[in-house]
Amino acid sequence: MFAYVVKRLLSGVVVLFLISLSVFLLFWYGPSEPAQTICDNDTSNRCTPARLEVFRENLGFNNPWYEEYGTFMKGVVAGREIQFGSTTKFDCPAPCLGYSYRTKAPVFEEMKTRMPATFSVAIGGAFLYLTLGVPIGVAAARRRGTVADKALVSSFLVVSSIPYYLFALLTWLFLTISWEIPFFSETGYFPITENPAKWFAGMALAWFALGAFGCTTYTRYSRGSMVEVLNEDYIRTAKAKGLRDNTVVYKHALRSALVPVITIFGIEFGTLLAGTIFTERIFNIDGIGLWALQAVNQRDLPVVAATAIFGAAVLIISNIVVDVIYSVLDPRVRLS
Amino acid sequence: MTITSPSSAPSPTDVDGPYLQVEDLTVSFPTEDGPVQAVKGLSYSVELGKTLGIVGESGSGKSVSSMAVMGLHDEKSSDITGSIRVGGTEIVGLPDSRMRKLRGNSMAMIFQDALAALHPFYRVGDQLAEAYTMHHPKASKRDGRRKAIEMLDRVGIPQPDRRVDDFAHQFSGGMRQRVMIAMGLINDPSLLIADEPTTALDVTVQAQILDLLQDLQREFNSAVIIITHDLGVIAEMADEVLVMYAGRCVEFGTTKEILTSPEMPYSWGLLSSIPEVGASTDARLIPIPGNPPSLLKPPSGCSFHPRCAHRDKVPGDLCFTELPGLTPASNRAGHLKRCHLSNPQEIYRTEVLPEIAPDLVEETR
Repeated sequence: MFAYVVKRLLSGVVVLFLISLSVFLLFWYGPSEPAQTICDNDTSNRCTPARLEVFRENLGFNNPWYEEYGTFMKGVVAGREIQFGSTTKFDCPAPCLGYSYRTKAPVFEEMKTRMPATFSVAIGGAFLYLTLGVPIGVAAARRRGTVADKALVSSFLVVSSIPYYLFALLTWLFLTISWEIPFFSETGYFPITENPAKWFAGMALAWFALGAFGCTTYTRYSRGSMVEVLNEDYIRTAKAKGLRDNTVVYKHALRSALVPVITIFGIEFGTLLAGTIFTERIFNIDGIGLWALQAVNQRDLPVVAATAIFGAAVLIISNIVVDVIYSVLDPRVRLS
Repeated sequence: MTITSPSSAPSPTDVDGPYLQVEDLTVSFPTEDGPVQAVKGLSYSVELGKTLGIVGESGSGKSVSSMAVMGLHDEKSSDITGSIRVGGTEIVGLPDSRMRKLRGNSMAMIFQDALAALHPFYRVGDQLAEAYTMHHPKASKRDGRRKAIEMLDRVGIPQPDRRVDDFAHQFSGGMRQRVMIAMGLINDPSLLIADEPTTALDVTVQAQILDLLQDLQREFNSAVIIITHDLGVIAEMADEVLVMYAGRCVEFGTTKEILTSPEMPYSWGLLSSIPEVGASTDARLIPIPGNPPSLLKPPSGCSFHPRCAHRDKVPGDLCFTELPGLTPASNRAGHLKRCHLSNPQEIYRTEVLPEIAPDLVEETR
């Protein structure tokens, strides 16, 4: 299994390399001029062609892309020095993801400060995915065909047909703005180390929106998977042994039913960890997703590259973790 | 080691008559298109130490009837009427909490395809121990494990103390079926139902499994029902045979009677469709024409009439209009058949036997 994980990590590194390469290429050959946006911003829209040229030169857009890419990659591995204009020099130790064009702050440092916010959203939301979705799905599977089951399945289908951003926006509009529920009044990220209660209250609405929307998917998955497993021969064997219904369902059936659910959950949890753009934007949480969105709008190449690489890395790791968990849950699976 | 007695199994010794008595059992499943009558008016009984073979093709109600005996049908999606008495306890309508105490304890079932019937994620030892500790609440986990090893040893699995920690997929087909048998027998059931225990096993392994079942039956003196569509298995194992067709018993008798002088055209068909190892390669198998009938809209009269080659020998349209009763056959007491033919023995001797076993015809002359 160790060899397998190493192999997967190595192929993950190749993927990261390709992703960073394509981000760079898109910046160089994409339809808009990155230097223009940054120049406009920095000069309060009085960007002259001469100044644009200076920005281009300073940001390295006049060099061939492979030279700049080489510099960037060297920084990731060994660290580098970065120069803005002719005077200011920054030392950027490895892993150096560059300096933000906009804030002139080191990207890696800023990423570290934003991670707790995104991770808070992701862990809370994912927790609700499973704790709401799986039990409801199992309960529906045990009552399949009944009125309660049909009502649940169809109402959950309605919820999951709503676009997520609309669902989250409506949640925020009603709970925070219209009904002014005090607990939900101040959404956002407040460090858990400073004030856990405030952290919880700030996150609660984001968790609720994410969890209530996402759990419908998990209800469907676990219901479908459970219905299938309950028809398996080994479930009949378990009943024939004289086991209690709850033992049959929770010990024998649930473990098998969870395998496909865990697979999907692992990937989706990775996606959440990589940054939730809608959630962070709507609930005003300063996480990776919001940061990436701003960076794209401001053509902040180092930040865009860093968030893309971060997202890819998280997804690759969660994929590997899913495979390992899979082999633990199902003894027939041997990783090689 | 403390052997705790099974929680509340009725002791088989204080029961008079057959251990299992099924009377007028009907099982139907309501569907949107109407009820599917899987078993209709089935009666049979099995004594301790005896083996009943139930034969019939897929959908004839063999498995459905024995699942009803085990109480494995979902109450919400099935209607069961009639009477099933196991060791004197009426189990039709028995609440599930009491049914559970019998299931896997005084009656157990061995399923076909052990790979699918054993849980893929739990070690076989844990699955065996679970069956034991469930019915022996005072037994510890270690007792369960010890019992599991003992049973694996009993069914002839080499190195049981090591294999107890293996998963089902790590066993060969025959060994897996032995595990299944060990699980069925772990609580010394008085009634054992084996549902096609040798399907999908190769012939030598099949013989070993059947020998094992016979040995264990002698040892435990249990009543055994063996469900199969293989008349070879019946010949090997059964004392009595019940032939089922479209949910009904169509012929019943001792194994010898059914195999040597059957009186129902469906039984003839079953005998004719057995391939013979020594037969010439030109010899043709004689299949039963047509398909099993729909249980949703069963044929009028005798369910077998659409496929019966001998229906013209019955005067009038009796076969189409009237369901034949289960009546004593012409030759011997205890042999029952469900057929309108008035001279089945003669037809069998003159028409069927020459087709399926010409050499036997010579002998009987």
